[in-house]
Amino acid sequence: MFEMPVEVDARNLLCPLPVIRTQDAVAGLPAGTEVVVRCTDPGALLDIPAWCRINGHELLSAREIDGEVEVRLRTVAQPPAA
Amino acid sequence: MSQPRKAVALISGGLDSLLAARVMLEQGIHVEGINFFTGFCVEGHTHAIRQKDRKRPKRNNALWVAEQLGIRLHIVDVIEEYKDVVINPRHGYGANLNPCLDCKVFMVHKAWEWIRAHDFDFIVTGEVIGQRPMSQRADTLPVVARESGAEDLLLRPLCARNLPPTLPEREGWVDRERLYDFSGRTRKPQMALARQFGIEDYAQPAGGCCFLTDRQYATKLADLWRSRGERRYELDDIMLLKVGRHIRPRPHFKLIIGREEGENRFLEGYRKRFTHLRCTSHKGPLVLVDGEASDQDLELAARMVGRFGQGRHAEQVEVEAQRPGGAVLHFQVAPLPASEIPAEWYV
Repeated sequence: MFEMPVEVDARNLLCPLPVIRTQDAVAGLPAGTEVVVRCTDPGALLDIPAWCRINGHELLSAREIDGEVEVRLRTVAQPPAA
Repeated sequence: MSQPRKAVALISGGLDSLLAARVMLEQGIHVEGINFFTGFCVEGHTHAIRQKDRKRPKRNNALWVAEQLGIRLHIVDVIEEYKDVVINPRHGYGANLNPCLDCKVFMVHKAWEWIRAHDFDFIVTGEVIGQRPMSQRADTLPVVARESGAEDLLLRPLCARNLPPTLPEREGWVDRERLYDFSGRTRKPQMALARQFGIEDYAQPAGGCCFLTDRQYATKLADLWRSRGERRYELDDIMLLKVGRHIRPRPHFKLIIGREEGENRFLEGYRKRFTHLRCTSHKGPLVLVDGEASDQDLELAARMVGRFGQGRHAEQVEVEAQRPGGAVLHFQVAPLPASEIPAEWYV
């Protein structure tokens, strides 16, 4: 069954708040959930993919459209330490 | 085989914390990074806002460091709790409104809470004796350890051999002989250690990582507190202090004037919450009004809007002011000459 991605609205927030919003949203999601983050800080184009790599989440796409950054990722199960 | 000991490292994104974490990794410690967002972090904010800087995307150095080290990084929003540090610092301020010693105590305390919640063994920082005039002196490093509650669970690998052995050293979790004895303001030992580790790319020290150390920023924050008659702030307040010209023509209101397209775009995000003005007859900045401005005040503000737009030399400009509820006022005014804007209006 197709499930709608979880949307994170981080527009008008400056780095690192878009990363923090993403981190907080992902923390409560099961593995395999698709998440779409929308931001206006162009730094998010680098930072959210970096956050995904560090934490092992799958980056699906990261692009800038009409002055907005859209990052799509899929959550991966995390070790319990954190 | 026993599990490796676990440390959380405070990662600012600079060289010292990078090296401190790396030294621990060399000793087989499981390291995860923690980074606290106070709202005052310099980390690329003006860069993200201003149009001229947007062509060169700015990385978050803490994330970048974590990726280089191959460790996880936890970015923690401490905006609300941090207000008390800024407003009521027990140890006072540095040269501006920077409560550096209280800030370090706060962050190590938060890290101490974190290791207890996540079953980690100790805390690592990149502090070096004598590196900073307030928070990294021989007499203040023990204050941080004591007042944070971390006590001897706080290990500073870059200067540990100048300090009494901590629990991780006494218990043999880490080898004290493979820690360092750096001291003073020189960066040469850190640079040499970076070379030894093959680290060539790192954030250059650029006068601290916090807006509170910046004289101009601190002046604007002090002005905000003075105008409100109390020392308080919200996140939006401290973000807006990073943007635009701030001009206070009257004690009860100030104008925040976008200086270029990127700043105007950023200020657009605040239009619904602030009375704002824009020149309709000529190109010009978006201007937010912070405070309670009467219609008469807005007429003065409209003349200022004319001054900072392309109609500054016109006899008259048309300016539209919109209050947060949606009420719109129209002004036809003469732009205020530069000579009628006293220097003391500029915050």
